[in-house]
Amino acid sequence: MTISTALSPGRMPDAPVAYRDDVVRWFMIAAVFWAVVGMLVGVVIAAQLTYPALNLGLPWTSFGRLRPVHTSGVIFAFGGSMLIGTSFYIVQRTCRARLFGGFAAEFVFWGYQAFIVMAALSYVLGGSQSKEYAEPEWYIDLWLAVVWVTYLVVFAGTIMKRKEPHIYVSLWYFLAFIITIAVLHIVNNLAIPVSFFGSKSYSLFSGVQDAMTQWWYGHNAVGFFLTAGFLGMMYYFVPKQAERPIWSYRLSIISFWSLIFVYIWAGPHHLHYTALPDWVQMLGMTFSVILWMPSWASMVNGIMTVSGRWDRLRTDPILRFMVVAVAFYGMSTFEGPLMSIRAVNGLSHYTDWTVGHVHSGALGWNAFISFGALYYLFPRLWGRKAMYSEPAIRLHFWLGTIGIVLYITAMWASGIMQGLMWRAYDSLGFLQYSFVETVAAMHPYYAIRAVGGLCFLSGTVIMAWNLWKTATAGEPVEAQPATPALQPAE
Amino acid sequence: MAENRKYEIDPVTGSPIHPYSWDGIGELETPPPRWWVLTYAVCFLFAVGWWVAYPAWPYIAGYTKGVLGFSTRADVAEQIAAAKAAQAPMNDKLAALDYAAIAADPELMHFATAGGKALFGENCAQCHGSGAAGNVGYPNLLDDDWVWGGDYATLQTTIEHGVRSTVDADSRQSQMPAFGKDGILTREQVDDVGAYVLTLSGTAPADAAAADRGKAVFADNCVACHGDTGAGLRELGGPNLTDGIWLYSGDPKAVAAQIWNPRHGVMPAWAGRLDPLAIKKLVLYVHDLGGGE
Ligand code: HEM
Ligand code: HEM
Repeated sequence: MTISTALSPGRMPDAPVAYRDDVVRWFMIAAVFWAVVGMLVGVVIAAQLTYPALNLGLPWTSFGRLRPVHTSGVIFAFGGSMLIGTSFYIVQRTCRARLFGGFAAEFVFWGYQAFIVMAALSYVLGGSQSKEYAEPEWYIDLWLAVVWVTYLVVFAGTIMKRKEPHIYVSLWYFLAFIITIAVLHIVNNLAIPVSFFGSKSYSLFSGVQDAMTQWWYGHNAVGFFLTAGFLGMMYYFVPKQAERPIWSYRLSIISFWSLIFVYIWAGPHHLHYTALPDWVQMLGMTFSVILWMPSWASMVNGIMTVSGRWDRLRTDPILRFMVVAVAFYGMSTFEGPLMSIRAVNGLSHYTDWTVGHVHSGALGWNAFISFGALYYLFPRLWGRKAMYSEPAIRLHFWLGTIGIVLYITAMWASGIMQGLMWRAYDSLGFLQYSFVETVAAMHPYYAIRAVGGLCFLSGTVIMAWNLWKTATAGEPVEAQPATPALQPAE
Repeated sequence: MAENRKYEIDPVTGSPIHPYSWDGIGELETPPPRWWVLTYAVCFLFAVGWWVAYPAWPYIAGYTKGVLGFSTRADVAEQIAAAKAAQAPMNDKLAALDYAAIAADPELMHFATAGGKALFGENCAQCHGSGAAGNVGYPNLLDDDWVWGGDYATLQTTIEHGVRSTVDADSRQSQMPAFGKDGILTREQVDDVGAYVLTLSGTAPADAAAADRGKAVFADNCVACHGDTGAGLRELGGPNLTDGIWLYSGDPKAVAAQIWNPRHGVMPAWAGRLDPLAIKKLVLYVHDLGGGE
C-alpha cells in the first residue's frame, strides 16, 4: 500500500518493453527438473551411507561417483539454472530493457545445460580432477568458461541498455556473482592435460598452494554462488511477494560491500590444523568472524522488509517459504563463523557437523528461496492467475521444513558425537574408540537423515507437479499476453 | 537527515521512502540497527586483538608472529610430550620386563591390554574385526586355533613380520600348491580328497566311497604340510584340518575350491610401522583374548 509508484527522478518515460521470457521459462523448467534429479541422488547417497550394500557393487553407482553428481546436480544444475533464469527475469524488469544479445541468451541456456550433462556423465564414468565442487576435467571447464563469459555479456549488456537511472540492489549481487565465479572458476581450474587427446589433467598448483587455491575457490563458491547470487534473488522476490519496499537502502549498501570484501579472505577456515601456515589460518578465521554481521545485514533487511505484512505469513505460503529461507540464511551464517573458530573447528572438522551446516544453508536457504521464487514466477511466466493448488504449496512447505529439521538435527548429533568419540581418552591415556566404532555409532543418524531427505524430496516432487499443472491447466489471466509488456507496480 | 524530510514517510516503519523504485519495488531509508553496528564493531575488535596475539599478517619476507609466540606445531609437540610423560612410568616398566613378568602383574597387564585394544582397533580390526572374531579369509584371534602358534614369542614374530608380506624377508611364508589348476591332481581326485578332509573333523561324508579314495590322495600329497593326521604342522604354517575351524569355509564346494586353486591371505609386517612397545602391547592383548598359549 505504501510502495512508491511515482516515477523515479530522472527516469526515462515509459515505453512498452517486450521482455524476453522464453529463456527464463526454459531455465525454470530446467531448474525444477534438476532439483528433482539432484535431490533424488542426494537421497540415494544418504541411503548408501546408511546401507552400503546399496552401492550395488557397480562402479557407476558407487558413492564416490554419485556424490559429485549430487553436489553438482543441486548446486550447479538446480541452483545455477535458478540463478541464471531469475537474473534474466529480474535484470529486464529492474532495467526496463529487453535482454541484450539476441541468440546469446539461447546459447547460455543450451551451453549451460550441456555443461551439466557433460559433468554428470563424466563423474558417473569415473572422470574427476578431485577438487570438490570443481570436479570436471579441463575440457568441460573450458566449455563452461565460454558459456559463463557469454552470460556476463548478456547480463552486463542488458544493464548498459537500462532505462532506469540507477542499478537495483539485486543486480549488484548478480553482477558480483557472475564476475567472481568467472575468476574463481578460471584460476582454480588451471591445469595441465596429461596428453593431447586424453581427458586427464593435473592442477597447475601443488601441495598446500593447491589446497589453498581450492578452498579459496570453494569458500567463495559458497560466498558468491550460494550467497551473493541467491541474495540477488531474495532482494527482488521478497519485496515483490510481501508488496513492501526494501527495509533499508543503507543496509543493502553496507552489507553488499562488506560481504564482497570480506568473503574473499575466509577460505582458510576449510584448512584449519593442516599444513597451511598458522598465519593464513588465523587470518582466515578472523575474517570469517567479521563476516557474521555483513551476512546478517541481508537477513535483517530481508526479514524487516516483511514489516507490516506479518499477518500474511499465516495466509501466504509462498511468502512463508521466503521468510523461512532468510531465517535459515541467518542461521547458517551464524553457524559458519562459529565453526571457523579454530577451537570449534577442531571438533567439527571432518564430521557430519559440516554436512549439517551445508544443508541448513542448502536446503533451508538456497532451496527454500528458490521454491518461493518458482511459485512466484510460474503463474506470471505462463500467464496464469495463481498457482494451481495452494494446499499443495502448504503441504510442500511442511514436508520441506520437517525434512530440514530431521536432516540437520541428525547431522549435529552425529557430527558432535563422532567428534567427541575421536578425542575420547580412557583414564590410562589410550584412545577410547576406534574409527570403525564411531562409524557404527553414526548409523541411526544416517537413517534419520535419509528419512529427512526423503521428506524434502517428496515436497519437491509435489512442487514439480503443482508447477506443471499451473503451466498447463492453470486459470489464465484474461486479455494479457503470456509475455507481458511492462507490468504496473502492484 | 534534513534532506529526507521532503521524502514521503512510510507509516509502518516511520522511515523515509527513497525516491527511486524499480519494477514497483521501493526502498526505505532506515538506518542500520544499533545492535548490528555494535556487534560488527565487536567482531572487528576481536579480530584486531587476535592479530596482535597470534601470527596473522604477511609481509614481504615473513609474517607477524603475534605477542603470544603461538605456533600450532609447538603446541602439538607439547601435547604429545605431555601425553607421553603421563604414560612414561608404565611404559618404561613394560619395556623393561619380559612377557611372563608382565602377565604376572595385574596392574601392568591392565595397562598393556588397554593400550593393545586401542592399537588393535586402529590397525587390526579392519581385517580381524572389532571383536577380533575374524572374517572369511581373516583368522579368528579369540580361539586357540593358531596356524603359526599362540605363545608370546611366536605372536610377536607373526605381528612384526606379517604373513606373506612382500616387503619383509622374514615374513611368514607358506604356499599350498594349486593342485587342480596346475594339473597335479585330477578333478575327481580333488573332490575325493576334499570329501576325506571333511571327515577329519568328524563331518559325515556325503559320498563315503569318495572319502575312502581321498584318504590315499591325502597321504600322497598333503601330509608333508598338514601332518599325518591332518592336525597341521606349525613349522611350515600348515593349518590344522581336524578342528572344524575353517579360514575360508567348511562347505564341501569351498574346501574343493581351496584345493583346486588355493587363496593365500596377506598380513602386513608391523615392525617399523609400530614401535616395539606397541607391538608388545598388541602381543599381550591378543594373547589375553583367550587363545594364548
Ligand atoms: C533431498 C535433499 C538432500 C539430501 C538427502 C542430501 C544428501 C546429501 C548427502 C548424503 C551428502 C553426502 C554427505 C557425506 O559425504 O557425508 C550430501 C552432500 C552435499 N550436499 Fe546434499 N542433500 C540434499 C540436498 C542438497 C541441496 C538442495 C544442496 C544444495 C543446494 C546440497 C548440497 C550438498 C553439498 C554442498 C554437499 C557436500 C557437503 C560437504 O562436502 O561437506 N544438498 N548431501
Ligand atoms: C558467514 C558465513 C559462513 C561462514 C563463515 C562459513 C564457515 C564454514 C566453515 C567453518 C565450514 C567448515 C569447514 C571445515 O571444517 O571443513 C563450512 C563448510 C561449508 N559451508 Fe559454510 N559458512 C558460512 C555460510 C555458508 C552458507 C550460507 C552456505 C550455503 C549453503 C555454506 C556452505 C558451506 C559448504 C558447502 C561447506 C562444506 C565445504 C566442504 O565441502 O568441506 N556456508 N562453512
